[in-house]
Amino acid sequence: MSRIQQLSSALRDKKISSEELTIEYVKRTERLNPVLNAYVCTTFAEAIDNARAADKLIAKGEGTLLTGIPMALKDNIATDGLPTTCCSKILQGYRPYYDAAVWQKLKSQGAVLMGKTNMDEFAMGSTSETSVYGAPLNPVNTAHVTGGSSGGSAAAVKADMAVYALGSDTGGSIRQPAAFCGAVGFKPTYGAVSRYGLIAYGSSLDQIGPLTSSVQDAAIVYDAIRGKDVRDQTSLCTPQGETKLTGDVKGLKIGVADEFFEGINPEIKSAIDAAICLYERAGAQVKRISIPALKSALPVYYIIACAEASSNLGRYDGIRYGFRAKDYADIDDMVVKTRTQGFGREVKKRIMLGTYVLSSGYFDAYYKKACLIRQQIISEFKNVFSDCDILIAPAAPVTAFTLGYSGGNPIEMYLSDVCTVPVNIAGLPAVSLPCGKDKQGLPIGMQVIADRLCDGTALSAALFFEKEAGIVIENQGDIK
Amino acid sequence: MKYQLVSGFETHVELATATKIFCGCTTKFGGAPNTHCCPVCTGQPGALPVLNKKVVEYAIRAGLALHCTINTVTHLDRKNYCYPDLPKAYQISQFDKPLCEHGYVELESGKRIRILRIHIEEDAGKLVHERGTSYIDYNRGGVPLIEIVSEPDISSPEEAREYVEKLQLTMRYVGVSDCKMQEGSMRCDVNISLKERNSDQLGTRTEIKNMNSISHIEKAMEYEAKRQAEILDDGGEVVQATMRFDENTGETYVMRTKEDAQDYRYFPEPDLLEVVIPQKKVDEIAATLPELPLEKYNRYTKVLGINPANARLLYKYKAVCDFFESCLALGAGVKNTANLILGTVYSTLNTEEEKELFDIKVSPENMAELVKLADGGKINITLAQMTLAKMLESGKPLTEYIREEDLAGISDGDLEELCRQAIAANPKAVEDYKNGKEKAISGLYGYIKRATQGKADIRKADAIIKNLLK
Repeated sequence: MSRIQQLSSALRDKKISSEELTIEYVKRTERLNPVLNAYVCTTFAEAIDNARAADKLIAKGEGTLLTGIPMALKDNIATDGLPTTCCSKILQGYRPYYDAAVWQKLKSQGAVLMGKTNMDEFAMGSTSETSVYGAPLNPVNTAHVTGGSSGGSAAAVKADMAVYALGSDTGGSIRQPAAFCGAVGFKPTYGAVSRYGLIAYGSSLDQIGPLTSSVQDAAIVYDAIRGKDVRDQTSLCTPQGETKLTGDVKGLKIGVADEFFEGINPEIKSAIDAAICLYERAGAQVKRISIPALKSALPVYYIIACAEASSNLGRYDGIRYGFRAKDYADIDDMVVKTRTQGFGREVKKRIMLGTYVLSSGYFDAYYKKACLIRQQIISEFKNVFSDCDILIAPAAPVTAFTLGYSGGNPIEMYLSDVCTVPVNIAGLPAVSLPCGKDKQGLPIGMQVIADRLCDGTALSAALFFEKEAGIVIENQGDIK
Repeated sequence: MKYQLVSGFETHVELATATKIFCGCTTKFGGAPNTHCCPVCTGQPGALPVLNKKVVEYAIRAGLALHCTINTVTHLDRKNYCYPDLPKAYQISQFDKPLCEHGYVELESGKRIRILRIHIEEDAGKLVHERGTSYIDYNRGGVPLIEIVSEPDISSPEEAREYVEKLQLTMRYVGVSDCKMQEGSMRCDVNISLKERNSDQLGTRTEIKNMNSISHIEKAMEYEAKRQAEILDDGGEVVQATMRFDENTGETYVMRTKEDAQDYRYFPEPDLLEVVIPQKKVDEIAATLPELPLEKYNRYTKVLGINPANARLLYKYKAVCDFFESCLALGAGVKNTANLILGTVYSTLNTEEEKELFDIKVSPENMAELVKLADGGKINITLAQMTLAKMLESGKPLTEYIREEDLAGISDGDLEELCRQAIAANPKAVEDYKNGKEKAISGLYGYIKRATQGKADIRKADAIIKNLLK
């Protein structure tokens, strides 16, 4: 049984109450969070209230698998009355007056919210170090980063300060931190989960998904949050009923694209190769393929994401909510000073880049061209999936960086998204799960990618490996 | 004048949908500040727009009424700019693929002002400056607008007036907007340049922003044309600029010049899907379009035989036309119905607004009954007018004022007898009349009206009296 299944049946069988379970998680979080900095805001009082309410639901027999289970939300998911800051100074003190669609769904099932998790400012980054609250630390090795941008969610789950957490993934922000921390991260098909209430970074790329300790749990949480939402026009109808994972890969056609392996750390490459062998031995069919357009995926991603971000972040002007600079001459000065003081370096860089690529005179050469190549990438993936069920690829070309490393190597940092961004560009579902460790004992992540709306296929194939390989990633000694 | 005025209009029209373009908030005008708002129309982080289908339908309706072609595959774009009344720092609008294109507004002269495009977009909030502080009211934010862009085909302030009036009327006829300029539900940006007569070379244009009254538009155009003419006469060059019109001084002044023109960084709105409209839907909307203003005007003058001046007074108001035509459908005659509306009814409606609303206490049925009595000569027009005035006042039906037995009227014999009595009772007036004071005879009419409670046919009485006094 998966962690959620175990706890849920313990709750149903009255072996433990949600209140007791929640108190355990509160104690654990109080002990570990000062070290790991996974939560930027804890909501323990509300959590206890939620837990009591959940206990009543369970007593009435109205609970679901997620009723009474302690969980966490990334700080860019709107929570009515609770701080939601995207870990940015500019949203200091902001408390939305509405709930994100995903939180509404989970709340109605009696989920117990422990708090809001750390992240790169506005989800822009690959290490969570651009957070105004400082970086979260990797539970496997606290000298290393969690990855990003959903680093806090990955750390909270890995250190068991939450049974599961929601993150958001624009260019790998769920999958890469899952890989760095040795957790499971799932980015659903673009549109499978409503974005209503997810504070936008790159609207055509952003997608909410779960970070969990197992593939089964990812499927459970995914089922609880997915489906068409009338408030998000880009949301989609997903298949009815529970996503059943067979873990059967016999006859499964697996594509392995060379482009995903260029410039990859050899240790990672060999771990993925070993995993692929495991699939082959179980009767899967492996095909070497090529997706040439992937060479342009990184620039396409950075152009489109930054263009959308430059527009999405225009609203933070200090007028209506959040931080406002002191001492200004007039309204223009107020806006300029607020944005200058309120945004961090990385965010400013991306706003400037995005503004540039949309400017008249440059639009055609950058934004428009990027959109054309995006279509090319989508059609190449489409071709691939006419003949493959899943693709297997690394989740990242490297394992977790040491803290502070990224500051001096921005380009290397951008390059580290190379394995994950193509999936967002094409709106595909992909699971990231641990497939081994490097020499330093840091987790290596593998990605299982499927065609649009074939989320179950990706999860099912991932479940096979998880069971078959039995990879265990231990936390650092004091994070037990 | 040495120069020819060349002008094109960008007109914003608020659509009369019940809810806003991207959320379910009401579009009602007014309301306490920030009470018609939600996370979507105040641009809360994370909120997403959902396109109101009614807005697309209304805009198509407007486009078809202005003879446009409809782009059945289109999308929305973000227009990025920073201003406190724009809570997302971008306006969701349309850039390269407007919903409607290539239409026209026909003037009474037959001249057509071409429409380049009509696109849908959201309105911004409103800044309120009070007690030395600025406040923002987002009630208007997200109210649906169409922007109607004309070609530079307007060549005088008079044509501009007719163009705006025709637009206004057309929008009201098809029911997509009330086009109240005073409430801001219709606003115009006016582009003006001058060219030398007999030259094809267009001059540099200026744009006067946000005009909210037709008379201001005329004044501003006259002033701006004069200003540009003076610059050109002095050998200078007109600088491309955005201007404002000062209602108090009647002058235009420069707001910003081209150098600080904004780069709106348009790009397709990623939060909304492509808009695909089935041709069937367009055809359905086209099938429900009513008779358009100019068609009505032509029918009133050419088919119904109403003189142009009266036809204009009627067709200017949609509700009046509806009432008028209901009366005709019930069998009332054109002439008496038109005259009673334009005379008696209009005299109780003091403002343009009241005429537009045409909220009167008399139903078309009661009106038609009354007119038919007049048409059939059973009552004279004076009595009809008097009765209608009472009906308008009280809201009571015709039968309250005219009983069946009254309808016999006054017999010719009785009338002649009355005329004799009137002559006998007014010797002074009779003498004056005989001495050449034609008007003195009206004193006798009063006598007859009083004696018959207005039922007598005064024209007939006039003939009888004049005959008796020969």
